[in-house]
Amino acid sequence: MAKLELRNLCKTYGPTAVVDDVSLDLERGELVTLLGPSGCGKTTTLRMIAGFIEPSAGTIVVDDKEISSSRRSVPPEQRGMSMIFQSYAIWPNMTVAENVGFGLQVRRMPATEIAKRVGEMLDVVKLGVLAQRYPAELSGGQQQRVALARAMIVRPEVLLLDEPLSNLDANLREEMAAEIRRLHDEFRFTTVYVTHDQAEAMAISDRIAVLHQGRLEQVDTPWQLYNRPRTPFVAGFIGKTNLVPAEVQGNDVRVAGLASGIALPPSHSARPGGSVQASIRPQSLYLETPIGGAIALGSGRVLERTYLGEYWRYLVRLQGGAALKVHAPPSTVLEVGQESTVYVDPESIAAVR
Amino acid sequence: MRSVSSAAVLQAPSRRASSGPFADPAVWLFSILIVLLVLLVANPILRLVWDSFHTAQGDWSLQSYVQALGRSRNLQALLNSLYLGAAVTVLALALGVPLALAVSRTNMPGRGFTHLSVLAAFVMPNFLGAIAWILLAGPNAGWLNRLAVELTGWDKGPFNIFSFWGLAFVIALYTFPLIYVFAKSALDLVSTELEDAASIHGAGRFQTMWRVTLPLVLPSIIGAAILIFLEAIALYGTPALIAIPARINLATTQIVSFFQYPLQIEQAAAFSMPILLLTVLMLMLQRKLLARRGYVSVSGKGGERRPFDIGAWKWVLLAYSGCIALLTVIMPLAILLLASVSKAWGRGLVAGNLSLANFHSIFFEQLTVRSAIVNTVLYSGATALVCVGMGICIAYATQRRITPYPALVQFLALAPVAVPGLILAIGLYAAYAGPPFSLYGMGTLIVIAFTTRFLPISVAASSAGVRALNPELEEAVRILGGGRITVLTRVVAPLLKKTLIGAFVLVFVICTKELSTAVFLTGPESRVVSVLTLDLSEQGNYETLAAMGVVLVSIVTVVVAIGMKLAGRDFMLRRS
Repeated sequence: MAKLELRNLCKTYGPTAVVDDVSLDLERGELVTLLGPSGCGKTTTLRMIAGFIEPSAGTIVVDDKEISSSRRSVPPEQRGMSMIFQSYAIWPNMTVAENVGFGLQVRRMPATEIAKRVGEMLDVVKLGVLAQRYPAELSGGQQQRVALARAMIVRPEVLLLDEPLSNLDANLREEMAAEIRRLHDEFRFTTVYVTHDQAEAMAISDRIAVLHQGRLEQVDTPWQLYNRPRTPFVAGFIGKTNLVPAEVQGNDVRVAGLASGIALPPSHSARPGGSVQASIRPQSLYLETPIGGAIALGSGRVLERTYLGEYWRYLVRLQGGAALKVHAPPSTVLEVGQESTVYVDPESIAAVR
Repeated sequence: MRSVSSAAVLQAPSRRASSGPFADPAVWLFSILIVLLVLLVANPILRLVWDSFHTAQGDWSLQSYVQALGRSRNLQALLNSLYLGAAVTVLALALGVPLALAVSRTNMPGRGFTHLSVLAAFVMPNFLGAIAWILLAGPNAGWLNRLAVELTGWDKGPFNIFSFWGLAFVIALYTFPLIYVFAKSALDLVSTELEDAASIHGAGRFQTMWRVTLPLVLPSIIGAAILIFLEAIALYGTPALIAIPARINLATTQIVSFFQYPLQIEQAAAFSMPILLLTVLMLMLQRKLLARRGYVSVSGKGGERRPFDIGAWKWVLLAYSGCIALLTVIMPLAILLLASVSKAWGRGLVAGNLSLANFHSIFFEQLTVRSAIVNTVLYSGATALVCVGMGICIAYATQRRITPYPALVQFLALAPVAVPGLILAIGLYAAYAGPPFSLYGMGTLIVIAFTTRFLPISVAASSAGVRALNPELEEAVRILGGGRITVLTRVVAPLLKKTLIGAFVLVFVICTKELSTAVFLTGPESRVVSVLTLDLSEQGNYETLAAMGVVLVSIVTVVVAIGMKLAGRDFMLRRS
């Protein structure tokens, strides 16, 4: 386990910057997810950490040793890392046990020791009985476990996962996400996890680094990212939100069209002054029956409604202002055209810019 | 935490104190490869061009061109070769296209047999085919002629293999598999839906085939036709056996005559240049033709495929296929077999003429024959081994862009395709026969020559294989601590096992058939079967020749059978 630092990392192909000045520190044993839409540079960043791509500028440092820079890169095989690939990359010409034992074999460990450790590791991922099978005979989830075992048996300084769940079906995905988190809690490898799926990132990460067009938007815990997004992109990418023009005045955020400001939650770090956008989650808005502490935004008229079983999705236009998405409980039934007071939970408003 | 994880992090493997660029053994391996490529490919070809512009004394001059191309006899030879190429192409198209259509798209019975017979025609060395056809259709003693005389009472048989069309016919018989392979692999990709669309709009079966199916595969067929044309121009074996007695002067026989006393390498080089140029241009044209991806057929995955029901025509096609099998393989093999067990082949199948003495003689008495067979197997095996080894390394290095200038390295490895064997041999002779290498007459030189010539086959096959591998399989090795050599030996090579075995057998078989590259380079100690065939044929020693041929064909058949077992039934007749 090592401390991993990315310092001002850049990767450019011709004039396009795929990764643009990304700096990120991982503590020992921390699991950080690189999250973003496709083409945001997350996989490129991961492959630079692995050593498959050399950075155009900036450095990667592991335990104060520089392993990547534009001048010199330690080749992947000398980095002491391991990686789980999108395709799992299980070698079809080797059995499960041979796959898992490979990393130990190239480290010239005695065969008896390898056999012992492979056995232990396969038990950890619950594949003990399949040791002598070939990968072609395994299901997707089992192959995934082989990949996990193979990556973790070498006790990597840094473990890298590149969209490991994207090839699994939905049920299995949830199960494997839990499995990865369980194994991480067990072994505590410093881990970088890449995904485009925000739910997966939320479920698995200590911290999430949101990337957008090669730039790091925000690095925070899942709770902070969701409740205190700092940029419109993060607010919109992590969950659904309403972005309305607003201004920060002192400790208040003043949403356009509203007379009075709303006090920002104390943990908020928005700098005062200037125009911002207020991010208001649809489920923080209430029609008719507010929770305690909610304040009235004003009266609104229902423009559209869709029943989704677990909740109603309303589109409500505030008088003199924006149209807002509101998620209301099934018991809140309003007709299109009906008027209702709209309330908001001030705790969950975030000012983004 | 569990006990497994309680120990410290394992040391990363092979973290050397000094890790300069040459600490990685892979860098050494790939550097050596590039040096080898330069020696094998670039040096001989450049030497050839250089020599063509210089006198024997090493002075800059165009004299060789004037001498080689200034004579009308020599120009006629070039022209004759072009005629021959065209004639062979037409014949090969007539043989190959109907067969490909029949096997790929119709319900003709015996499709498997037809496919196998084409494979056999491909495996059959063309010089043996030529010998067989001399025995079958020689003007007087040829069996077919004698049969005709006996049946009709004419005083002279109708066939004469020692003629332009006889020559073209024999060459076409053993080159047409190329047309078949190209046409068939394209036809295999034509979606039935496209044909159904034609039928539903009112086209009959033959109209569909003529207006839809054939046009779709036309680029492939033309591409193959270009290759056949070039092959026919570059061929030396059959022309040496048939054209020389028939007094038809061809480009290749002319080149060889430059190598007779007095040796005129510079003239040979100069004379080669127009042929080399033509080959390069036509190959560029061919690539352009095949690279055009406008046709749906190339994309494959055409859904369900049904063969055409062609009614009674299937019997016509079957007869045609059978006839071709008879002409290419069955009759020639039968006559060779018969001659090999005859005391005198002209006396035919009569009691007292049969004996195994020829086999006894080639194994135990005529050491030249035995050593030629041993040499052929040895050199072919060595070449196949080297080609496959170099091929996979070059393919891996270039596909994964490990070496600098991968495109250039790949070009170098594939360049010999554009050099006819005889011309390549001149370059190799000029580069390595004399000092400082002095390899003339040594087996090494033959292996070098064969390797250079057939490296493109293994490189192309391996490249296709490497392209099909998910790079993540290799990256997984690297990140777990394995170097590039480990990637090659533990993952890439095992996963491409079938491809590599296929390439090995293919190169082996083609080497056993190879004559043109060997003809100037063999010495008394390094004679191979193909070269010895020419000598024995000149002596008229057809019985020994036949016995030698039978042994060679048996060996090749066994190797091909093993290859089919290990690499899949279809590995030889794939287009690569």
